[in-house]
Amino acid sequence: MTSEVENKPVICTESAKELVKELRASFATGKTKSYEWRLTQLNAMVKMMEEKEPQIVAALHDDLSKPELESSIYEIAMLKNSCRLAVKNMKHWMMPEKAKTSLVTFPSSAEIVSEPLGVVLVISAWNYPFLLSLDPIVGAIAAGNAIVLKPSEIAPATSLLLARLVAEYLDSSCIKVVEGAVPETAALLEQKWDKILYTGNGRVARIVMAAAAKHLTPVVMELGGKCPVIVDSDINLQVATRRIIAGKWGCNNGQACISPDYIITMKDYAQKLIDSFKCELERFYGKNPLESKDLSRIVNSNHFARLSKLLDEDKVSSKIVHGGERDKENLKITPTILLDVPRDSLIMNEEIFGPLLPVFLVDKVEDSFDVINSGTKPLAAYLFTNKKKLKEKFVATVSAGGLVINDTTVHLAEPTLPFGGVGDSGMGAYHGKFSFDAFSHKKAVLYRGFACDAFVRYPPYTRGKLGLLRALFDGSILGIIRALLGWSKA
Amino acid sequence: MEKSIAELRETFKTGGTKSISWRKSQLKALLQLINQNEDSIFKALDQDLGKSPVESYRDEVGVLKKSVTYTLSCLEKWVAPKKAEVPLLFFPAKAEVMPQPLGVVLIFSSWNFPFTLALDPLIGAISAGNTVLLKPSDLAPACMSFLVETIPKYLDNKAVKVLAGGADIGERLLQLKWDKIFFTGSPRVGRLVMAAAAKHLTPVTLELGGKSPAIVDTLSTTPSKAKVTAKRIVGGKWGPCTGQACIAIDYVLVEEKLASTLIELLKKTIKRFYGENIKSLKNISRIVNKHQFQRLVNLLKDPDVADSIVYGGSVDEEKLVIEPTILLDPPLDSEIMSEEIFGPLLPIITLKNVEESIDFINSKSNPLVIYAFTEDETFKKRILSETSSGTVTFNDSMVQVVDKRT
Repeated sequence: MTSEVENKPVICTESAKELVKELRASFATGKTKSYEWRLTQLNAMVKMMEEKEPQIVAALHDDLSKPELESSIYEIAMLKNSCRLAVKNMKHWMMPEKAKTSLVTFPSSAEIVSEPLGVVLVISAWNYPFLLSLDPIVGAIAAGNAIVLKPSEIAPATSLLLARLVAEYLDSSCIKVVEGAVPETAALLEQKWDKILYTGNGRVARIVMAAAAKHLTPVVMELGGKCPVIVDSDINLQVATRRIIAGKWGCNNGQACISPDYIITMKDYAQKLIDSFKCELERFYGKNPLESKDLSRIVNSNHFARLSKLLDEDKVSSKIVHGGERDKENLKITPTILLDVPRDSLIMNEEIFGPLLPVFLVDKVEDSFDVINSGTKPLAAYLFTNKKKLKEKFVATVSAGGLVINDTTVHLAEPTLPFGGVGDSGMGAYHGKFSFDAFSHKKAVLYRGFACDAFVRYPPYTRGKLGLLRALFDGSILGIIRALLGWSKA
Repeated sequence: MEKSIAELRETFKTGGTKSISWRKSQLKALLQLINQNEDSIFKALDQDLGKSPVESYRDEVGVLKKSVTYTLSCLEKWVAPKKAEVPLLFFPAKAEVMPQPLGVVLIFSSWNFPFTLALDPLIGAISAGNTVLLKPSDLAPACMSFLVETIPKYLDNKAVKVLAGGADIGERLLQLKWDKIFFTGSPRVGRLVMAAAAKHLTPVTLELGGKSPAIVDTLSTTPSKAKVTAKRIVGGKWGPCTGQACIAIDYVLVEEKLASTLIELLKKTIKRFYGENIKSLKNISRIVNKHQFQRLVNLLKDPDVADSIVYGGSVDEEKLVIEPTILLDPPLDSEIMSEEIFGPLLPIITLKNVEESIDFINSKSNPLVIYAFTEDETFKKRILSETSSGTVTFNDSMVQVVDKRT
């Protein structure tokens, strides 16, 4: 790991306050609202990625031993697409949306105007430290806000690089990076923000939301959960296995919010499934996965210890059917599969966030829905099947942030789908236009003229007026005529 | 209480509330409830707030009926999954966004529009397929009792429950885990609700308030337009629950040289609508209770504020009535200009130039509504782009809430 010791300014409550004040002043100038400013920032971000890709890949490798392909595609390319989509569509997104009006307010016209919220805070996570920092910012910029980014200190090389790149490429009077750990985050959370987008875990999310509550700041919480994969027996097993492996170990070695967490399959299909895994895992990562360059490492010794604890639990350690090898010094654990783990084990109750894949057994595939619904709502849920009715039941019964049928994780790359959780897996969503919307206030605007002033609204209140009001609300022209003639019930 | 909530969770689990036919049946039952009990509703509103039937129909019964019928007509469209485009990379894949109910929802409603603010969110929660616990405000006790007694007669008791009680019941409810909380009320209590929700990561919708200004720029146009402006300001201040409404006009901004014209017009209109003085006051609600009455009276106690009264100011403690009151340029640092008034007192703030209203409004926190009476298209654009508020309404007051599509 490269180590660069620098004198970073440590942020405290006072300086956090000053920081917000400065950004509010920048926002008040109206600079961030202009289309040109937003376009310049987004284009600068694309340029940054084109010019600095090697440095970004290197930082991600330092922090996570992330394979170059994962960094280039899942972080950089995804982010470039996000910027390009915003650049292409922003003008259209910024346009007011006409809204229909009704007889009650006739004559009038109405529209919904998107305006920036103001000064927003983005707190990002360590596992996709580049993407999860800048992707929300794409939305915040497109919506015209001033921004503070607090990257995760658990990915220090990327955090440092982000601070440098943002200062070099983006407008530092309106977009700032604050590095640091818990004290710095706490200082930032004491301030009043117009929106906070937090990516991380449920424990810290509660702290963020409680801090936001003091200022009535709306929040988007991108959290996690145990993302289940239901595997039916009537499928193309090889394709399904590969897709599960790609979503699990291919995504930061299982350290991703939407990685398959555990599998549910039928008792009499399990062996076939496991054999398929063993075969494909060897094909992907070789006979000695501890040496494979295509797997991220475990991020740090804390998480290594946490994952080891999950494996060492008595009722679980005997269930390992593949892998289980560890290299503490290099923070590596091989792709590990466990079969028939007890429902009440730790590994079946905590979000794993690592390269361990428990397989939970049911008698018939329909029983999986109860297993999933007995836990908290996950960020994603996956089903591999060809049965139409099963797909329909899955979509209707399982509540999760997002669902994918016959694949894993790819819905993240789909900008027309909102990406976010529900219940314990989060609130709010972003990606594509949803990012723009997440950082905008949708202002309702009603235009009225002076003609046709409805006397019926004003005192003195008479029975006749009551009758006419009824007719007006009912929207029936006949009713209105009758009321005007005094023929209707008052 | 815990038993009720457990029942709501069980009911949700059965999946019954997800069916479109269930949702429609509940909405139709709600419409029946309103249609068949109009007189009782008028009576309860008169008892709690002194609202006349016209005000009650205009602001509560009519609004609700419209909301239910609109929802019924759109429900199938809203519930249907929406197709999403898929990029070539994922060919051949299909994608859609599917609305799903959140689960068990808690609704806290307020006392000033005790029917609208209880039942309109309920309409939304039911149409989305949730089970609901409704906690109406005990500060409108007749309306609360009506809801507690009548809702079970029309709606599915296993899925929609109403709980009576005060702040202590509210606090106990907030300790429990909900899938969504919908709160209408003050920012102070809003913070408490959100802080409690944070413990369970419960998403919230908070309908709060603020100081909603009315910018007046139309007095130098035709006399008829000026008259309509005055009517709409008076209607937008004292019409809704005598100013006790989140979207009532809180204060007015007008150019110095037009202030006296405006005040004369307002006085004439007030007398015509509500009567010559406090003894002959009609067509207007009263203050909800002694606590609110005292709070409003205290706003006028500051001698500088009292000196700025140019119309009204009389109070009747026994009847909980404060007559429509206009103040001209009370001190900007007085409580009446820093707190949401929520009552029948209307400060008029004068400016050298009406364009200064933008800076004035921006010096305070974002209001729920900005009303602007102007025909200057450039000024309208500036107001829209340089201020931030929940809503902006041009050349009228109050009516924006009736349009269901904004």
